[in-house]
Amino acid sequence: MSTDTLKAQADAQFRRKRVLNFGLPGIVLAYLVYVFFAFDIAGLAERARMDNAQTLVADSYSYKTHVTRDNRSGELSIAVEGERKGAYPDGQSPQWVTETAGATQVDLGDGHAVMFLTDGSMRYDVPGFGPITAKPGTRGVETNLNRETLPSWINLSKNRLAITTEAGRVSVTRNRTEVFRYFLGWELFFFTLDSPYHGAGLAEIVFGDQIDPARGNIAGAVHDFWTNAMWRHDEVAWAMFETILMAFLGTMGAAMIALPLAFVAARNFAPLRSARFAIRRVFDFVRGVDGLIWTIILSRAFGPGPMTGALAILLTDTGSFGKMFSEALENVDEKQIEGIQSTGAKPLQRYRFGVIPQITPVLLSQVLYYLESNTRSATIIGAITGGGIGLLLTQAIITQKDWEEVSYYIVLIILMVMLMDWLSGWLRRRLIAGNESGE
Amino acid sequence: MAEISAHSGPGTTDIRAHYLELIQRKRLYGGLTLSIFALLMVSGFLLADSRNAGGFWGGILNIFDFPAQVIGEASEKIALMPGHLVTFFPALIETINIAAVSTLVGAMLGTVLSLLSTRGLARYPRMIPLFRRLMDIMRAIPEIVIALVLIFVLGGGPVPAMIAIAFHTAGALGKLFSEVNENASLKPVEGLQSVGATWLQRMWLGVIPQVAPNYLSYGLLRFEINIRASAILGFVGAGGIGYELKNAISWGQGKFDEAAAIFVLLFAAIVVFDQISSHFRNRLTGGKG
Repeated sequence: MSTDTLKAQADAQFRRKRVLNFGLPGIVLAYLVYVFFAFDIAGLAERARMDNAQTLVADSYSYKTHVTRDNRSGELSIAVEGERKGAYPDGQSPQWVTETAGATQVDLGDGHAVMFLTDGSMRYDVPGFGPITAKPGTRGVETNLNRETLPSWINLSKNRLAITTEAGRVSVTRNRTEVFRYFLGWELFFFTLDSPYHGAGLAEIVFGDQIDPARGNIAGAVHDFWTNAMWRHDEVAWAMFETILMAFLGTMGAAMIALPLAFVAARNFAPLRSARFAIRRVFDFVRGVDGLIWTIILSRAFGPGPMTGALAILLTDTGSFGKMFSEALENVDEKQIEGIQSTGAKPLQRYRFGVIPQITPVLLSQVLYYLESNTRSATIIGAITGGGIGLLLTQAIITQKDWEEVSYYIVLIILMVMLMDWLSGWLRRRLIAGNESGE
Repeated sequence: MAEISAHSGPGTTDIRAHYLELIQRKRLYGGLTLSIFALLMVSGFLLADSRNAGGFWGGILNIFDFPAQVIGEASEKIALMPGHLVTFFPALIETINIAAVSTLVGAMLGTVLSLLSTRGLARYPRMIPLFRRLMDIMRAIPEIVIALVLIFVLGGGPVPAMIAIAFHTAGALGKLFSEVNENASLKPVEGLQSVGATWLQRMWLGVIPQVAPNYLSYGLLRFEINIRASAILGFVGAGGIGYELKNAISWGQGKFDEAAAIFVLLFAAIVVFDQISSHFRNRLTGGKG
């Protein structure tokens, strides 16, 4: 070989390398540019609702309490998040609301204070700005504000006055005057306001005097926590359980169906070529149809619920397991089977003692891996068919106001999946390692 | 020595008894495990059945009603089928694009995360546990959670789905990649370090060429999974073929021919990409082994 050919070879190799090194990133870049326009990412900034994002973030770590006066009847109501389930019972009010002879003072903290006066008007003392008064009347809202020199945090129209400060929000319309005060945390997470345990600390419940004469402290507290109308802990726990149930039934059912079928589909066990071919196509089909389509078809037949989800997982995974199991079966060591056969074992015994021990580790680790991944799938399927925590999550998102519940569910889902991940890893180590040393 | 020979007489029956006892105990445990498992399955099934809107035994008879309806309507209007296939093809492309972009972006992010969380390669060795936990969390969040939240903020369309899938993919691939990285030889990295290469150069020139085939193989597998995921996310409002499917289905009878066309497209896409990716994966791993 002459130097020239060697040099030419090296040159060619360099050229190839160069093409690969610049071409590949180039193709990726070109594709990303195409997608940039195909997905209209430039227009995204206009479509994005940043106010939505703000409520979402603010809501997930804080809550507001509404103090509302009905301007027709003069009735005062105080409710957490303005919901009936969070309403303070009549005659009760938080410490920052004081009622004196018809007039009500709402203390927003930091020197901000709102007064509901007896004549139906409202007075808001904003530190550094001065008092704002507003009176809803038949001709709209009358205020002392100069319409020409309004700061940006005040929004005034004929029938509505809205003031947003760092301490809270006030809105006055002809129908009602509302004050919102914001607090950190998730409201009434443990007990709602109608529970006698609201506001009691853990130590007080466990070691303190009996709070509710009818019930023991711990039993009563657990009951009230469990049936909390705002957070519905009982329903949430059920939903989580349903989701795990879907994943468990689907995965295990699929494994139980796929195992015998895999024997028919494995080259070294199935005498019938046509049967093998048919079973393999069935596996490919149920896998290819995909969980989404199975979910739709099954929910038509069975209605929404965990059974539908479990069956959808079962069908899809029967295909995946069948494929993997039959591949594992094709790779088994024939010697062990021959050994069992030489003792005069019947075919079923041969499978049981010659084959199953060989494929158990592969099989178990696959099944356990799928169990974890199906917990996630079950959440998704639940969101589509209506079952489990997925349903609760979609419902909470659709109402577009209970973002603290959404974040609660998200945290629960993450914890659930991580728990299943940990559990399946632990079982995998225990069972497979145990098998190796035990058998 | 003397002890052993002294015990050799009655030993065989002893051993036999022990063996049988052991077998019996093992059978008992095995049987117990199996019966607990069977009990769990049966009670779980009954529970799921009771909490389902329609019962299992009532539903199993109707299971073919809906497919029969769809097929019936599709075969009635079989002439419209090619038209429908053409109509919905762009939606399918969008779904595949979502999957492809999110796999690409997720793989890039996953690469960085995996390099940062592999012992011996990490830029900041103290931060390894942090990056690992981060990947665990990214993996644990189902795509639909992020997608739904982002749809609320960004509006419907492919971008929320893309971000959601890419996020999950980064976590999932990051873990697989870091397992690959652990088997990479450190010699090229040390060689590069000795000539003063920066961390980025060491990774790009020393590690990536070693692990690229495995990365590619995992990436292709992920792409298959992501096509399914992006179809599902379309169903909850993130565009693509899933969205069209939801519309066709919720319209009910009269649009089932469209639903059938979408089923066909989706099924074909999944099967085709499965085949392509398994072909390339076989070549990638086959060439190595």
